[in-house]
Amino acid sequence: QSALDADGPSALAIENLIFLFLAVCGVAFVLVMGVMTWALVRGRNEPAGRPQTERSMGRVVAGAVVATFLVITFLTAASFYATPSLDRGKADPPTILVRGQQWWWQFSYLDADPAKTFQTANELHIPVGTDVRLRLEASDVIHSFWVPNLTGKQDLVPGRENVLTLNAAKPGVYRGQCAEFCGLQHSHMALLVIAEEPADYARWLDVQRGLATAPTDGEAAAGKLVFMSKPCAACHTIRGTEAVGTTGPDLTHIGSRSTIGAGLLDNTRGSISAWIADPQTLKPGNNMPLVPVTSEELRQLSAYMKGLQ
Amino acid sequence: MKERIALDLSKLPPHGMGSASLTFWGTSAFMLIEGTGFALAIAVYFYLMSLAPQWPIKAPPPDLLAGTILTLLLLLSVVPNMLVSRWAKQRDLRKVRAGLVVMAILGLLALIPRAFEFPALHISWDDNAYGSIVWTLLGLHTTHIVTDIVDTVVLACLMFSKHGDNARRYGDVEDNALYWNFVVLTWLPLYGCIYWVPRL
Amino acid sequence: MTWFGKTPSPADLAAGDEKAEALLRRTWSTPAGVLAALSTVDHKIIGRRYIATAFVFLMLGGVLALAMRLQLAFPEARFISADRYNQIFTVHGSNMMFLFAVPVMEAMAVYLVPLMVGTRNIAFPRLNAFSYWIFLAGGLLLWTSLALDTAPDVGWFAYVPLAGPQYGPGKRADIWAQMITFTEVSALAVAVEIVVTVFKLRAPGMSLDRIPIFVWSMLVTAFLVIMAMPAIMLASSSLILDRLVGTQFFNPSEGGDALLWQHLFWFFGHPEVYIIFLPAVGMVSAMISTFTQRPTFGYLPLVLAMIATGVLAFGLWVHHMFVAGLPRVGSSFFTASSMAIAIPAGTQIFCWLATLWDGRPIFKTPMLFIIGFLITFVIGGLTGVMVASVPFDTQVHDTYFVVAHFHYVLIGGSVFPLIGAIYYWFPKMTGRMMSERLGRWAFGLIFTGFHLTFFPMHMLGLQGMPRRVYTYPPELPWAGLNLFVSLSAVILAAGFLVFFIDVLRSVRHGPPAGPNPWNASTLEWAMPSPPPPYNFRHIPVVESLEPLWTSGEALPVATGLRLDRRELVVSSVTAGEPEARESSPADSIWPFLAAIATSIMLIASIFSPWAVVWGAIPVAITLTGWFWPKQTPEDES
Ligand code: HEA
Ligand code: HEA
Ligand code: HEC
Ligand code: CUA
Ligand SMILES: [Cu+2]
Repeated sequence: QSALDADGPSALAIENLIFLFLAVCGVAFVLVMGVMTWALVRGRNEPAGRPQTERSMGRVVAGAVVATFLVITFLTAASFYATPSLDRGKADPPTILVRGQQWWWQFSYLDADPAKTFQTANELHIPVGTDVRLRLEASDVIHSFWVPNLTGKQDLVPGRENVLTLNAAKPGVYRGQCAEFCGLQHSHMALLVIAEEPADYARWLDVQRGLATAPTDGEAAAGKLVFMSKPCAACHTIRGTEAVGTTGPDLTHIGSRSTIGAGLLDNTRGSISAWIADPQTLKPGNNMPLVPVTSEELRQLSAYMKGLQ
Repeated sequence: MKERIALDLSKLPPHGMGSASLTFWGTSAFMLIEGTGFALAIAVYFYLMSLAPQWPIKAPPPDLLAGTILTLLLLLSVVPNMLVSRWAKQRDLRKVRAGLVVMAILGLLALIPRAFEFPALHISWDDNAYGSIVWTLLGLHTTHIVTDIVDTVVLACLMFSKHGDNARRYGDVEDNALYWNFVVLTWLPLYGCIYWVPRL
Repeated sequence: MTWFGKTPSPADLAAGDEKAEALLRRTWSTPAGVLAALSTVDHKIIGRRYIATAFVFLMLGGVLALAMRLQLAFPEARFISADRYNQIFTVHGSNMMFLFAVPVMEAMAVYLVPLMVGTRNIAFPRLNAFSYWIFLAGGLLLWTSLALDTAPDVGWFAYVPLAGPQYGPGKRADIWAQMITFTEVSALAVAVEIVVTVFKLRAPGMSLDRIPIFVWSMLVTAFLVIMAMPAIMLASSSLILDRLVGTQFFNPSEGGDALLWQHLFWFFGHPEVYIIFLPAVGMVSAMISTFTQRPTFGYLPLVLAMIATGVLAFGLWVHHMFVAGLPRVGSSFFTASSMAIAIPAGTQIFCWLATLWDGRPIFKTPMLFIIGFLITFVIGGLTGVMVASVPFDTQVHDTYFVVAHFHYVLIGGSVFPLIGAIYYWFPKMTGRMMSERLGRWAFGLIFTGFHLTFFPMHMLGLQGMPRRVYTYPPELPWAGLNLFVSLSAVILAAGFLVFFIDVLRSVRHGPPAGPNPWNASTLEWAMPSPPPPYNFRHIPVVESLEPLWTSGEALPVATGLRLDRRELVVSSVTAGEPEARESSPADSIWPFLAAIATSIMLIASIFSPWAVVWGAIPVAITLTGWFWPKQTPEDES
């Protein structure tokens, strides 16, 4: 998660721009400081305020102002030159809808065929080397989608629709984080972008489009019953079951995600249990309440969750 | 530090009038502040309008009658207002007293059509953003009318008191008149916005 | 002209020198006692109060900064809860901007401008008293709310909808909005006073080209306040209305817009940073002349650069919204305009360098802070130029890079000159010198501590650390730098501590200063230190830009003002020709009462909109009391 470790064409263009600015401004700084030091330490022979000194200083100051003008003109031009890299693939329609929520990310993979659209959360898979267009929306307050290694950030503003292009040059896992203060758990609103070779990506799409796998062992099956009978189902969707809540993340394939709670914890059975047992301690103030369950039920739930591959 | 006398000020008037009066400049500065406020409020109006698919939002344009009556009344009031200002400059206590009473009454009269303007908007402030901004524009201007009425009444009381016949009071009367002109003047763009822009 | 004839008795020429001074003192001084202290309208007393209060807010805000640094020192630290942290950074930012930086600059002007233009009190001195009390009330409101754990938690720019009715429950955002109202009212009041003081109360002969640069800087600042603050007033009022009576300004589903808030806020917010910076430009220009013992080079370019900055300031606000999704072409325009600010800024820097070049630098503490300022502000300005680029900003916006930028310009650009200015004008304000030794320590610690604290933040930002996070995961490579930053903040705090100790010690025990300890050139050094209540025994007559350097042995002065009432000279706007003698209002308790009435109205309106209606009645009564003539000599005309 760094702006100086670019892995996409857009981030690369910005990285180059950053280095250019640092270099030019560094030189300006050194020059100004050099003159200042010289002025402070130089010995003086003439009295201050002689007319010819005033005149020549006037000329130097004017020259420096002109130089400043030229430098900023150059920097402005460089900035303009790099701007189009932010809006790559402008013509393509967005294929993924990103909804920022307090404090997690909802991703809807759009498809002309409604049967092929599906939702997932906090983990965005994209194919490498292609421009992927994201439609950015917010359902409550302003958030900002930022994966620094791939491109600059873009806000998600309620009532407005923004668009952002992602392009990963090579496969990898890129961390990103909400960059606009959005309340209590703004700090814990991370996401992962997983860039895959097109074939892997296609496989992933296939799995995600599928309905939830039925539990295979007794413990997980019991967990499913618990899930459906507790308030869980009122907030979460598990496609292929009667759980169709929309307040929380879609859990259809939760078992396949690498983290839970918007990058809070690694996705293991233990952490799922811990999360369900007490989400408010792990991520104070988040919108999932503590639902009382017995430790038996907790084990079953986590088995069920982890099995939803 | 030693001093050397270079200037004698004793012949200067003990109170500055017109542009030598501090209150004149103070009033001007406050008018600049409030003028900026009005201009920004109008900018908000046009900003919201530029976002809305239709304007006004879910409401007919406001009825013209009350607002137009008020506009005419305000424009008319400028005449006595200027007269008061001139009489103050001439330090004509009797006329200034009468003029201030007239201006206070005119101000109060203006509140009557104003009261009818709010229902004439056909929208409540909490219906939508259009309602919010027109109520705010009207409310903001009404506050200015009310403040100036209070000002005028207090000033009238002063002029009828023993403190009345004083160059400072006459200066205050002039500044008050200036402020009323400002209240009238700022109304004109607001009137255009509220009543005519939705009809374009 | 009947009012002309009244004899100006007893005129000051008639009275002997001793007697004249005694009379002046009786007319102008503030008596002892609590009531008198609440009633005083002396710009020096109010200015001192204002400055002291603002520095208390700096200290408190700094303690909050340390609290944040403690929490951020370690990943996943649990010293401070998320909710507390959000309150803390909001109060830190709001406090530093609205209760420290802007007020302290205006306070310096309240104290210095009347002295520098050669008059006896600020214009509208009662408004001045009022503005101080209102400022104090706003500060108390914010800090009380923090003490009660209900402080605003939405950031210092309170973006909606987070601050709106739906997502900002409780009274927190209302408190923020009302705190804004308080500080804006007081700032606007002071701005009006400054404008009128500079326009009309300049000493005879002080034509436009003889106005000290510091006074110019405050004039431009005052105009920025006048033109910019109405935007935030409008913004905070509509926020309160949305929250309190259900207007829909910022609700997208009813035709409102979330970005409207940002436009309004930054239309104010950008000029705000120059409201903080331009006075510092004035201070540096004033001090650099003294500590090189030559006039500041480039009077006209410096003044024009300040005016240009002031004008440009209104064309930059969108650079805070580069990633909000506005059209790129429009944003790019703001890249160009933001970069253009480097031209006036550069002009200033170059003029100061020229002054240093030709003058003989005297390395006293204020000079050290000037050098620290030059180094730090240039870095901060250059990072400003960086974030002005749209693509660059998409990576660093809302990261610690921006946090670094604005602390460089705020602290390096404004607080350094301010502390230098305190060392510089402290002798005038108190009659005592501050310690040169402690001053060097303070400078060394603050300068080193500052750079060690804030320079690494640039790197953190580029490494992807967002701002306003109460914690961060250990697996990211930020922990080391954060710990380093937090430790360095302790050095910085130690520097401030030394400075505060020096102030407190010197107030009592500093060596006496004499009227002009630095051999400076402007009028405030013409009188004893601290200045007598009437400032100038005789109003000076100004014949040059550096009156104390050019007038030789004796300062030319004017006579003929009355001694039995507070009287000063009104002069013309451009040439500074005397136009009238004018009285200056006497002390009065009414501004204090009016401030209390106003505070009650504003605070009550957080809870009920009707408070504005019933609360207006006491306000009107106190205002009437304020303006009602009291048959004092001041009312004669
Ligand atoms: C005293 C306050 C102060 C000052 C003086 C400045 C000065 C400048 N600022 Fe800064 N700024 C802030 C306070 C200030 N700023 C604050 C508080 C914020 C953050 C608010 C928040 O989000 O909380 C902010 C944020 C901010 C942003 C938004 C960043 C973001 O949120 O993503 C931008 C973007 O353009 C910006 C730009 C600039 C520029 C171009 C200048 C210019 O004026 C700088 C000009 C100066 C120089 C350039 C140096 C001197 C010149 C030379 C030595 C000549 C040679 C130079 C060249 C050849 C280039 N500032
Ligand atoms: C003029 C304005 C100003 C000043 C002076 C400061 C001063 C400091 N600021 Fe401030 N800061 C802001 C304006 C300012 N800040 C703003 C506007 C924000 C944005 C808020 C927002 O996002 O909404 C911000 C945000 C901000 C953040 C980011 C928080 C976040 O995004 O999560 C941080 C983090 O390190 C920080 C740190 C500091 C530090 C260490 C100081 C130090 O310089 C403080 C040093 C001073 C002292 C320490 C006090 C004096 C010392 C004593 C009295 C000694 C005695 C006390 C003890 C020993 C305990 N500030
Ligand atoms: C009132 C709504 C609500 C209820 C009831 C609820 N959840 Fe959640 N759940 C959420 C929300 C909101 C989140 C996202 C929290 C965050 O990351 O900020 C979430 C997150 C989760 C996650 C992590 C998902 C991810 O991708 O990171 C799991 C697993 C989960 N819930 C399981 C459960 C189980 C099991 C139950 C019942 C015992 C339950 N939830 C009950 C709202 C709810
Ligand atoms: Cu979402 Cu910050
Ligand atoms: Cu700005």
